[in-house]
Amino acid sequence: MHPALQGLITIVVGVGGCVAYYYFSNLFLDKVLFPARGPQAGRNINRANMIRPWLFLAPALIALGLYLAYPVFATLHLSLTQRVTGGGYDFVGLDNYAKMGAEPKFWEALQNNMLWLIVVPAASTAFGLLAAQLSDRIRWGNIAKSLIFMPMAISFVGAAVIWKLVYDTRPEGQDQIGVMNAVWLAFEEGSIWSFVFFKAVPVLLVAGFALAVVWIAWVLARPAVRRSGPVSTGRTVAAALGALVALWLAYESLRGIIGIAMADLPYGQPQTWLTMPFWNNFFLMAVLVWIQTGFAMVILSAALRGVPEDSIEAAIVDGANPFQIFFQIKVPQIMGTIVVVWTTITIVVLKVFDIVYAMTNGQWQTQVLANYMYDKLFRANDWGVGSAAAMVIMLLVTPILVWNVYNARKEMR
Amino acid sequence: MDNIVGKKSGLTWAVHISMALLVALWLFPTVGLFVSSFRTADQIATSGWWSSLATQERQNPAIRIEGDVVEADGQFTISGNLFGRHGVTVSAWGTNSREPQAYAPGQTVDLGDGQRLTVQENGDFVLSSATDFGDQRLPRVFTTATTPPEFTLDNYRAILFDPKNVDGMAKAFFNTLTVTIPATIIPILVAAFAAYALAWMDFPGRALLIAAIVGLLVVPLQLALIPLLKLHNDVGIGKSYLGVWLAHTGFGLPLAIYLLRNYMVGLPRDIIENAKVDGATDFQIFTRIVLPLSFPALASFAIFQFLWTWNDLLVALVFLLDASGETTVMTKQIVELMGTRGGNWEILATAAFVSIAVPLLVFFLMQRYLVRGLLTGSVK
Repeated sequence: MHPALQGLITIVVGVGGCVAYYYFSNLFLDKVLFPARGPQAGRNINRANMIRPWLFLAPALIALGLYLAYPVFATLHLSLTQRVTGGGYDFVGLDNYAKMGAEPKFWEALQNNMLWLIVVPAASTAFGLLAAQLSDRIRWGNIAKSLIFMPMAISFVGAAVIWKLVYDTRPEGQDQIGVMNAVWLAFEEGSIWSFVFFKAVPVLLVAGFALAVVWIAWVLARPAVRRSGPVSTGRTVAAALGALVALWLAYESLRGIIGIAMADLPYGQPQTWLTMPFWNNFFLMAVLVWIQTGFAMVILSAALRGVPEDSIEAAIVDGANPFQIFFQIKVPQIMGTIVVVWTTITIVVLKVFDIVYAMTNGQWQTQVLANYMYDKLFRANDWGVGSAAAMVIMLLVTPILVWNVYNARKEMR
Repeated sequence: MDNIVGKKSGLTWAVHISMALLVALWLFPTVGLFVSSFRTADQIATSGWWSSLATQERQNPAIRIEGDVVEADGQFTISGNLFGRHGVTVSAWGTNSREPQAYAPGQTVDLGDGQRLTVQENGDFVLSSATDFGDQRLPRVFTTATTPPEFTLDNYRAILFDPKNVDGMAKAFFNTLTVTIPATIIPILVAAFAAYALAWMDFPGRALLIAAIVGLLVVPLQLALIPLLKLHNDVGIGKSYLGVWLAHTGFGLPLAIYLLRNYMVGLPRDIIENAKVDGATDFQIFTRIVLPLSFPALASFAIFQFLWTWNDLLVALVFLLDASGETTVMTKQIVELMGTRGGNWEILATAAFVSIAVPLLVFFLMQRYLVRGLLTGSVK
C-alpha cells in the first residue's frame, strides 16, 4: 500500500476511532450502564459522573503510561541486565555502569555535556535578554524579534548544514567559502584589530568572569568570616564548598588569561574549526545558542512587558540611569521567568543529539551523552551500556523534573 | 521612558545599531545557505557566497577553448565566447598558469606553431592558425574578469524534479509529510479530551495526575527508544509508519495536555456552568463550547507538534528507518548527503533548504499562535 494512502487511512481511522470511542463510551455510560431514569436515577447520575473523567482520560493515560512512564522503568531494568546469546537477559547488577565508567569516551561525553550545560543556557538567556530589552524599545522591534526567533523553526539537521557552511575550510591560497575562515584571514599578525579581538577582549571577558566568581565566593563566605549571628554547621559547610568551587574557577580563569596572553595564534592560515579539540565544542554549541536565543527572547520579552510601570517610573524619578533600571529594577522582577527559561534550555541541552550526530558524530572529542548513548544502542548494539547512559541523562534531568512538579503543585493550591 | 521631559536619549542610536547587528548576525548563516542553493557548484567552490551578491573582479579557473573550426583563405579559425554569457568584463588574460594576467584584452598573441589568439573585453575569442588543428589540444585561457551576480534554479530542478537522482529529496519530502500529518492530528484529539477532564471535571487524584504530566514533560525520550522498539517488535508493528506515528503521539501528549489544560482552565466559568444548568452533558459542553473556544491553544500545539515531527531525526531513525531506505525522511537524507557529498555544497544547500522551507513558511504564517503557545507553555 502506498504510504500516503496508509497515512490517510490512519488519519481517518485514528481520528474516527477516537471520536467513536469518546461518543459511544459516553453513550454507553449514560444509557446502558447507569441510565438516568427508574428508581435509582439520582444515584446513577452520580455514579456516571464519577466514571466519566476516566473515560475521557483513558486513551491519553494509556499512551502516556506506555510511551513515557513504562520506558523509564524498562530502561532502568535493561541497564541492570545483559543480553545472553540465544535470547533472554541476565541480571548483572551495576556491571554495565562499571563498564561505562571504564570508557574514556563516556567521561569525555560527560565532561562535554557539563560544558554545554554551562555555556548554552547562559549564552542563550543572555542573548535573549539582550534582544528582548533592545527590541522592546524600537519601532521595528517586532520584525527584529521574528527574525531572531526564526531559527526555532529550523531543524537541528538543517542548522547543522547551515553552520557547516559557516565553518567550511578551503586550502591556503584559495578563496575561503566559509565565513569564519574569511573573517579569520582578514586579521593580520600584529595589527591593532587582532590585538583587540583576540587578546584584549577575551582577557577582559575572562577577568570579568573571575571577578564575578570571586565576588560570589566573598558573598558566600562573609557570614562565616564575620560570625554575625548564629551560623549553622550545614550552612557553613555549604558556603565553604561554594567558596572553594568559586576559588577554583577563579584560579582556572587566571590560568586562562595567561594562556590567552601567551597564545601564538596562527594568523593567515585557514583553520578547520570542527577538528580543533576543546574549542570545537564551542562551535557546536554556537548552533544551539543560535536556535535557542529566539525562545529565550520571546519569553523574556513578555516578562519584561509585565514589569509594572510604576516601579520603573519611580526609579527614573530617583535618577536611575537606563543600565541601573535594567539590572536593578527589571531583571530582579523577572528572575522567576529567567529561571524557567534557563531550566527549559537546560533540558534541551541534555537531550541534544542531532547537532553532534550530523556535524562531527562525536569525533575530535566532541562526544555528548545523547550521541554516546545512540552509539552504544544502535552501532555497538550494547543495550546494557546504552541504557545505563540513558539513565545518566535521566538522573541529570531529575532535579529539574522535581523542581517543575513542586512548582506546579504550589501553583494549584 | 528614557526621554521624559523631551530629552532624546543618546542611547537610542546605540540601541538601533546593536539590534541591527544582532539581527544581521542571526540572519547571516541562513541567508548564506539560501544564496548558495542558487549558485552553481563551481561558483560555490571558488568564492564565498557573500561575494556573489555584487559584481566582483576575480581570477577565473582556466577555460579550454572549444568550438567549430572554420576554414577561410587558407586560415583555420575557431571563434566564440569564453563564458557563454553577457555582462562579463575581462581585464587581463593569459595562457599560462604562471602568468595568468600576461595580456590585455584585445591584444593578439602569438602562441607559437603559427597559432594566434585574441581575447576581447567581453570574452569573445578568435584562435587562428595556418594549419589545421587536427587532434591537438587547444590552449587554455586564464582570465581575470568582473562578473555580475548570476543565479540558477538548476539545483532545485535536480534535487526535486529529477526522478533518477539518487540524491533527490522528492521521495524523502513525501515520506516526511506522511510521518508528520497523522502524528500532528491524532494527539490533538486525545489530548483535548484529557485536558478537558483535568480542567473542568472534579474527581479524586486530579491534582496528582496534573503533577505527573508536568513531570513527564521533561522525561528525555532517549529512555523510551529501546523498550519501545522492543515492544513494537513484539507486537508486530516493527519499524513502520504506524510505529513512528504512535511514538510521536506518545511523546507529544504531555505538552499537548499541559498546553490545552492551561488554556481551558482560563475559559470563563459562567459559560460552562450555565450550560450545565441548562442540562448539557459534559460531552456536549466539551464538543460545543470548550473545543471551539480552545482553537488558539489547539493551533499552537498543532504548530509545535508539526515543527517537532517535521524536524525530528532521532524518532525516525529508531522507529521508522530500515535498511531498505524506502522510508527515508528528509533529515536522514540530509545527514546521508553530509556524509557522502560533504563537499558538494550545491546539493547540500539545496537539500537542506527544501527541508527548511516548509517549517519556515508555517513559522511566518502562524507565528502568533507559536508565541502564544510558548507563553502558556512555560511562563508561570
